Amino acid sequence: MNKDYSYSAVMGRRSETMKKAVGIDYSIFESKGIAFDYEKMMEKTGYTLQEMQKIQGQTGVGNTPLLEMKNLTALARKLAPEGKGARIFIKDEAANPSGSFKARRAANAVYHAKKLGYKGVIAATSGNYGAAVASQAAMHGLKCIIVQECYDSTGKGQPEIIEKARKCEAFGAEVIQLTVGPELFYTFLKLLEETGYFNASLYTPFGIAGVETLGYELAMEFREREGKDPEVVICTNAGGGNLTGTARGLEKAGAKNTQIVGASVNLKGLHMASDSQFNKKSFTTGHTGFGIPFATWPDRSDVPRSAARPLRYMDRYVIVNQGEVFYMTEALAQIEGLERGPAGNTALAAALALAQEMNEDEIIVVQETEYTGAGKHIQPQLTFARENGIKILFGNPDEEIQGENIILPSHPSLIKAREVEMEKLRTSYIKNCVTFNEVKSVSKEDIEFLAVDCKATVEFVEGVLKELGVNII
Amino acid sequence: MKVEKGAWVRIHDIILEPSERATHLPEDTKKVPLELWNKGFLLQDATIGDRVEIRTLTDRKVTGELIEVNPHYDHDYGKFVPELLQIGLQLRGILWGGEDHE
Repeated sequence: MNKDYSYSAVMGRRSETMKKAVGIDYSIFESKGIAFDYEKMMEKTGYTLQEMQKIQGQTGVGNTPLLEMKNLTALARKLAPEGKGARIFIKDEAANPSGSFKARRAANAVYHAKKLGYKGVIAATSGNYGAAVASQAAMHGLKCIIVQECYDSTGKGQPEIIEKARKCEAFGAEVIQLTVGPELFYTFLKLLEETGYFNASLYTPFGIAGVETLGYELAMEFREREGKDPEVVICTNAGGGNLTGTARGLEKAGAKNTQIVGASVNLKGLHMASDSQFNKKSFTTGHTGFGIPFATWPDRSDVPRSAARPLRYMDRYVIVNQGEVFYMTEALAQIEGLERGPAGNTALAAALALAQEMNEDEIIVVQETEYTGAGKHIQPQLTFARENGIKILFGNPDEEIQGENIILPSHPSLIKAREVEMEKLRTSYIKNCVTFNEVKSVSKEDIEFLAVDCKATVEFVEGVLKELGVNII
Repeated sequence: MKVEKGAWVRIHDIILEPSERATHLPEDTKKVPLELWNKGFLLQDATIGDRVEIRTLTDRKVTGELIEVNPHYDHDYGKFVPELLQIGLQLRGILWGGEDHE
């Protein structure tokens, strides 16, 4: 049998391939219009919190240390007005077997794959999720393939991504590395067809539900230690799964008053699919290049319906610049004695700024850290930036031009959390739902879905729809 | 360089030529092919630069150009970035330096 493996043929078989590779028939959650039953999808295909804790516990995932950053708090108080400067905590997710919170996502996905009888798992990721899936596959005796976008057309790779490839291989995974381009998805689909392995997508209900344990742990730990829930939990935001899962876990713990904040590092002007700009980026994830598109159109992911829906849970979204995150990564090592990778430090940089708005008796939690190592450390990252023509200087981070320079704050008081207008994000989300679903009219059910899915009022949704000229029936 | 069958090698291949690539790509990406690198056991004696077949860790047969034997990693901790040194000194100064800390 000679199957057609051309780009268009493989992409054309996409939904059929996906159905086999995820084991979920997404169509049963769909309605006629824009709406789909998110909670039913999470309930029918996911696991209960207790089941997830058990699954993760069996592989040493979760129950990571919760650490108070006393010196960073002291720093925030030196910079803040009298009486301000919330206590800053971090959840040291680097303590998970694969070195990041992604172990929680992978634990459930790989457990599920094993239970359904798949022989192996595949994940398309250049990030920590690859190592997490590889680590879990090693524990469960499953085969594993990780597909990475790693190099530009000159064969130059991001040091951080290369380190992640090494880690995947350390756990026995096969790593396939590609040059820049969205056709990674084509290679990924071809591999799913060829192997019949499970698609351990970052965006399945099992993956996202796996992060719920993190939010739940946070609520329980704070209640035990401080007798209350934290006022703010801040998540580094890329594809939205971290924030979604954490928020759902807090909700399941009944932490209704905790504010959920997303933070991304600003990569303005750098196109994610551009070959020549690929190595001008000093961050491979947790940046606006993923954060904004995934927030405003979550179903762009590699499954028909993404379980990561950050706008559904986000109260506030802030942006920091690259120089600020590098500064905070160094600060974490220098005054807290913790050398941790870049991802969680995006939220940490924002937390230093947000803590200064909050009262001294309040708590802000950065809910993840990640491991650091060769390639995946500020020194090689800054070296790489310099070699790619990026200037590194001290100054005001507001003046950073992404892809041209990295401005380390000349004083920590210059570190800022820049507000993203939530109404703009919600408007753009609603617009995308109308465009991608190709609808001219929407039902009441659609409106209610949209309101919940972007945490807006029905009136707000109706207003946007009216402006778009969409009929309400 | 001769490479014996069974050696652990790295291969390179072109997946999509520029003309076969997806539409809606940035101009610079459109001009270059989509390339792939993979590793496995060499299935026949060969020379670097030959088109070869390998068996990967997941037992798949993959073909490509033989580029490296016993491929290794050489990513590291980069060069010294003197600016970083200033950050710790500054923060220690703010927190513990000066008059309120003898």
